[in-house]
Amino acid sequence: MMNAMAKRPLNIIEKIWGQHVISEMDDGQSLLHIDRVVLHDRAGPRVLMMLEEEGHRVANPSLVYGTMDHIIDTAPGRGDSTLFKGGKAFIQAFRSAAHRGGIRLFDIGDPRQGISHVIAPEQGIALPGSTLVCCDSHTCTVGGIGALAWGIGTSEGEHAVATQTLVRARPRTMRVEFAGHLQPGVFAKDMALALIGRFGATGGAGHVIEFCGPAVRALDIAGRLTLCNMAVEFGAWTGIVGADDVTFEWLKGRPSAPSGPMWDQAVAQWRTLASDPGSHWDAELTLDCSEITPYVTWGTNPGQAMPIDSAVPLGGGSDTEGALTYMDLRGGQPLQGIPVDAAFIGSCTNSRLPDLRVAAQVVKGRKVAPGVTALVVPGSTEVKRAAEAEGLDQIFLDAGFEWRESGCSLCFYAGGDSFDRPGKPARRVITSTNRNFEGRQGPGVRSHLASPATVAASALAGKIVDPRPYLENN
Amino acid sequence: MEQFVCVRGIAAPLMRANIDTDLIIPSREMTSLSKVDYGEKLLAPWRYLPSEAGHRVENPEFVLNQAPFRKAPILVAGANFGSGSSREAAAWAVRQFGFRCVIAPSFGAIFRNNCFHNGVLPVTLAEEDVREIGEAAQTGTLLLTIDLRTCTVKLPSGHQLSFDVPAEERRMLLEGLDAIGLTKKKDGEIRAFQNTDRESRPWIWN
Repeated sequence: MMNAMAKRPLNIIEKIWGQHVISEMDDGQSLLHIDRVVLHDRAGPRVLMMLEEEGHRVANPSLVYGTMDHIIDTAPGRGDSTLFKGGKAFIQAFRSAAHRGGIRLFDIGDPRQGISHVIAPEQGIALPGSTLVCCDSHTCTVGGIGALAWGIGTSEGEHAVATQTLVRARPRTMRVEFAGHLQPGVFAKDMALALIGRFGATGGAGHVIEFCGPAVRALDIAGRLTLCNMAVEFGAWTGIVGADDVTFEWLKGRPSAPSGPMWDQAVAQWRTLASDPGSHWDAELTLDCSEITPYVTWGTNPGQAMPIDSAVPLGGGSDTEGALTYMDLRGGQPLQGIPVDAAFIGSCTNSRLPDLRVAAQVVKGRKVAPGVTALVVPGSTEVKRAAEAEGLDQIFLDAGFEWRESGCSLCFYAGGDSFDRPGKPARRVITSTNRNFEGRQGPGVRSHLASPATVAASALAGKIVDPRPYLENN
Repeated sequence: MEQFVCVRGIAAPLMRANIDTDLIIPSREMTSLSKVDYGEKLLAPWRYLPSEAGHRVENPEFVLNQAPFRKAPILVAGANFGSGSSREAAAWAVRQFGFRCVIAPSFGAIFRNNCFHNGVLPVTLAEEDVREIGEAAQTGTLLLTIDLRTCTVKLPSGHQLSFDVPAEERRMLLEGLDAIGLTKKKDGEIRAFQNTDRESRPWIWN
């Protein structure tokens, strides 16, 4: 059988899938092994409580991890209390259920705490070629280190924790090649927005996507995680970047990564996962990176993204009209120059150390525009500490940014925090997050997605601006 | 899992595309650890007028606040319904409002999976068919029959449209089966896989 298999070239997704099939079912679905389950403070307590109520147990506690990110506050000096109504009950229920289940929990105050998809690679929990699930749609982020990772609901979360498996049909596969090289001042976030802007928010529907090509290979791990983070905004099941020397160098020595001879054994196996030449894809797309400039969204889904030097589209179609109305924009209005009330740097999309470094480069020695609320929320406690060791926190604080504890924060009302703040509501936000949905960052709040550099520059200007002059002159 | 065999009733039209989970159930509405009382939270940003916190004032213009649609068991929606977050509360809200079936040209993938686990049948039909059904549903009298045994939507004219449902999910819904219970019956196979895997990929088990 192995010989017959070897004849057909396989892509990375088929290889990882094949290694996780426990059994094939009559209807073409597979019982798939799940190597890692990550739980957070919103879905985690529900998953574990349902499990207990239905008389199940955590099948493999050592393969399940928990962290606090969705419900906890990101204000300095935080504890179990949070602005989120009922939040304390979530946090405390999660803590006690995790304890009962024997699950490692990165609790408030733990140096390993952070956003699920930031800490999973950071701690070496997610490994190349592993399957990982978490009750959060942006679990696809973790594909950036070569894992097959995707978001699930709480019912499937319970299934995964109770059985270490999920039942799934084999996914369709898509290859997205980013040809050429990025210009300076253009980042992984811009690549993702360019892709989704061009092919739409459902362009990847039903597929697992391998991102490849020279521009992807040239990305650091943070950039690859950003690119894969947006796969779900492209409608994809998930995204992946095949692991390479950049991955191995980044991963080596991380707390849960293998070490010693087992590290070498793992790397040797991980190298075999790369897509074979001539492997089959159900769909293929190519994007020329040399043409990509900084991107910004103008509408209410991530597909409504355009190069920053464009004008907002002229009506046509109810979706465009609806988005223009919600966003309070008129067709033909240039994106650059739209005034913003707030700027947010954070989330599983763009909150890692390289993101903060670029934003700090833009901000250094400058001031946030009067009246603009600006925040930086590091993706993990480890990122926060590393940034502080480099003095990045002081650069942001001197410029007038808030510097927060790590968590999901104002990406979506996490911790009960919203831009619809009493006394100082922000109506329009430039944000390094992944969703510009209506009301996502607070009732009536209008969100424009962009890279951390664009968010930082726009915070300084008080309006949407191209970050490149700011980067060049600092 | 709640059983679904056949549902007959009127359809409520909500024909905008990209109705995401932040609209279906905003994060700020998900304040309870329990799974109940989500029906009143469904599509809260559209169903209620802006008002002081603490009490809700219905928007009379919104389709689900209008008499024939309040008790509709079928929702007809635009493309990419349920895109966005994995929050299962979106499926709870849809179900607890009273819907048993959502018809759309496409769905957010995680939302679609969550529907199956909560007794809601997501039916994917061609964009043109969904548009026609949505238009006909405006009257508040369009009676549809959704039969999972035959995987068909039957229109009042007698015309039938077929849809696909993954075999495993179909069986679960038809028989009201417990997914975890079924998988646990394969415990021997799972253990055998894991024992082999411990040898071939020890770093996963380290």
